[in-house]
Amino acid sequence: MNHITVTSNEFLKMVEKSSPKSNIFTNCLKAFFSGGLICGAAEIYFYFLENHLTISKEQAGLLVSATLIVIAAILTGMGIYSKLGKFCGAGTIVPITGFANSMASPAVEFKKEGFILGVGAKMFAVAGPVIVYGVLTSAIVGIIYFIGSKL
Amino acid sequence: MIFDFLKAFVCGGLICVVGQILIDKTKLTSARILVLFVVAGCILGGIGVYEPFVNFAGCGATTPLPGFGYLLAKGVKEEIDNSGAIGIFTGGLKSSAGGISAAILAGLFCAVVFQPKSKK
Repeated sequence: MNHITVTSNEFLKMVEKSSPKSNIFTNCLKAFFSGGLICGAAEIYFYFLENHLTISKEQAGLLVSATLIVIAAILTGMGIYSKLGKFCGAGTIVPITGFANSMASPAVEFKKEGFILGVGAKMFAVAGPVIVYGVLTSAIVGIIYFIGSKL
Repeated sequence: MIFDFLKAFVCGGLICVVGQILIDKTKLTSARILVLFVVAGCILGGIGVYEPFVNFAGCGATTPLPGFGYLLAKGVKEEIDNSGAIGIFTGGLKSSAGGISAAILAGLFCAVVFQPKSKK
C-alpha cells in the first residue's frame, strides 16, 4: 500500500497552489476602470444637466444620483448587473449603483415571499445597516458641530 | 470638460481600488464595505476634508459611497445652521432623502416587473 505522506504544512501549500489565485493587481485594475467609468459618465451627465439644461448644482447632483440608481436597479432586475459585478468587483460595489443593486437584487429575489415580508423587508438587508450607521455617524457629527457652533 | 471627466474618472476609480483592496486583503463582505465607506465619508465630511475633494473631483467624489456619507454630514450641518439642534435629527436623512427614495422606488419597480433568475 502506498501512503501519501504529506505534513499539514505541505498540504496547506498544495491547497494554496491549486486554489485559483485572485490576482489583486488585475482586480484593482478592473475596479479602477469600471468604477472610474461610472464616475466619469456621471460627471459628463452632470455637466450636461448643469450647463445645457441650466439646472442648479444641487438638483443636478440629485438627478445624477437618481438616474444612476434607476439604471443600476433595472440592470439588476435584468440580471446584467451581477454579471458586470463578477468582472468589475469593487468597481460596481463602491459607486452609488452598488447601493441600488443591494436593494433591487433582494427585492426581485424575495418576491416569492410576498411583497411585505419578502420584497419590503429583504430590500433593506444591506441598505438598512448602511442607513442605520450612516444616520448614527451623521448624528454624532451633528452633535459635535452643534456644540462647536455654540462655543 | 475633458479635464473634469478625467478628474472624476481617476478619483472615482481610485476609491473603487481602495474597496477592491479591502475585499481582497481582508475578506470583508460587500455589505461591510458599503457601511464602512458611508461612515468614513460621513466622518470626512464632518471634519471638512471631503468638501474640497468634492470641489476637485466632482462626481468622482460624490458618486462613490463616501459621497453618500458626505451628503449626510453636509445635510446635518446645514440643518443645524438653519434650525438649530433639531437639525441633528433631521439633517442627515433630509439631504439623502432623494437617493434613498429613488433606490426604494426603483427596487420596488424591479420587484414588480422582473422575475427572479434561477441561480446556477
